[in-house]
Amino acid sequence: MALYSERVMDHFRNPRNVGMIGDADGVGEAGNAVCGDIMKIYLKIEDGIVSDVKFETFGCGSAIASSSMATELIKGKPLSEVLKLTNKAVTEALDGLPAHKLHCSVLAEEAIRAAVKDYYDRQGIAYDPKDFPDCGSCEGCHG
Amino acid sequence: MNAMLNCMEETWGNPSSLYGLGQRAREALEEARERIAACIGASPKEITFTSGGSEADNQAIRSAAALGARKGKRHIISTAFEHHAVLHTLKKLEGEGFEVELLPVGTLGTVTARQAAEAIREDTALVTIMYANNEIGSVLPIPEIGAVCRERGVLFHTDAVQAAGHLPIDVKAQNIDLLSLSAHKFHGPKGVGVLYARQGIPLSSLIEGGAQERGKRAGTENVPAIVGMAAALEEACAHMDENAAKVSALRDRLIAGLSQIPYATLNGDPVNRLPGNVNFCFEGVEGESLLLLLDDRGICASSGSACTSGSLDPSHVLLAIGRPHEAAHGSLRLSLCGENTEADVEAILKAVPEIVDYLRGMSPLWKDKVSGKREFVL
Repeated sequence: MALYSERVMDHFRNPRNVGMIGDADGVGEAGNAVCGDIMKIYLKIEDGIVSDVKFETFGCGSAIASSSMATELIKGKPLSEVLKLTNKAVTEALDGLPAHKLHCSVLAEEAIRAAVKDYYDRQGIAYDPKDFPDCGSCEGCHG
Repeated sequence: MNAMLNCMEETWGNPSSLYGLGQRAREALEEARERIAACIGASPKEITFTSGGSEADNQAIRSAAALGARKGKRHIISTAFEHHAVLHTLKKLEGEGFEVELLPVGTLGTVTARQAAEAIREDTALVTIMYANNEIGSVLPIPEIGAVCRERGVLFHTDAVQAAGHLPIDVKAQNIDLLSLSAHKFHGPKGVGVLYARQGIPLSSLIEGGAQERGKRAGTENVPAIVGMAAALEEACAHMDENAAKVSALRDRLIAGLSQIPYATLNGDPVNRLPGNVNFCFEGVEGESLLLLLDDRGICASSGSACTSGSLDPSHVLLAIGRPHEAAHGSLRLSLCGENTEADVEAILKAVPEIVDYLRGMSPLWKDKVSGKREFVL
């Protein structure tokens, strides 16, 4: 069996929403260079809805595919729904990821949350910090 | 292939059986042993067949450790960038009371005989240092290290898995006591290898249950694979010089071309290097993505990136030569052989810069480096 599903390979080879948004309303980043993957998400928000989203990723095939799929899943969605996006939903939409690659889908979820938090901060919108836990360290993956 | 097919069709008996078919298999086995011994300057009875390089490494180190322990010697010298078959065995021995000293390999990825000489102590049981590094291609000064060990009366094992069939090996002239090799690294079949042990060095067996291989390795021998290995090694040794000349020319052209990519660095010793090894780190890209896109263009490569290994840590070899984690994640290894052509090299030199550019274009890490937010690390 191949390492990746056909859907992962499709999103890796033809990633959707690659790039940056110069006048983004919210920008979020997750991961770090030491671990070998960084994801950056740019959001454009209109009336509480994600009107545009772009990503930049340094990482392996599943990191790029997870970013691509996650951006597809939140495009056009209200922020309330965006915040409900889980890494599990990203993984399922990709027809699964190998066990040691699941953290790539976690990074996608985290980068999107960080971008929403950045948007709330910029707009002065109140939120519950508990909804935005900081991953903070790599021990979860490298413990 | 022909040697193996012929063996499976004609000499498929059990070499331990007395009937004629078994005896013919025995003859094929012993002939293979003679031919392999001749290729490395050994005598046939010094050759033990194993399931591959890893088993040979395990058995060599375990045997030397057992011999040392009997004399109260529990110090073992090795290097930080050995194959895991060596490093993991050493780790286990540490748990059994041995003291393991790993020599640093510097930025070029090599050690000197002097380093080995200075590390040897009264209680040193074994020096185990690889002939050539599998990832970054550095070729180590094995004859010199062998001479030091012989002079000081310390057993010397070398993991020659990468060297056999590609570099001249003469266990006698090079003062090698124990040597491991693996058939598939010289175009032989997978799952078969050799442990050479100088006459007089008793091996401890890892697998019990029969008298095969003079009681040192139980289990019916994989005769077709062994016969195939002998044919492949002879072939490789017969064409070693012409192959090395051709392949290292391709290698140097590839290295020169890839060096043109900005923020790309060659890993390993540029001079004392395996003929077919090319290994680079590229800043701002991750190795697995690079491999997958190269594969789409028909180029098979490998990487020291964590993401290609099933673990989350990058190559211990690249870390040992001082590459930071993030650069180690962006490594690419290309292995060339005599069947590669100049056209292959041109195709690689076209594909790699394009793919590196493409991946850098979507890499926030690369952009941060270019804008000065993060430092370049190579």
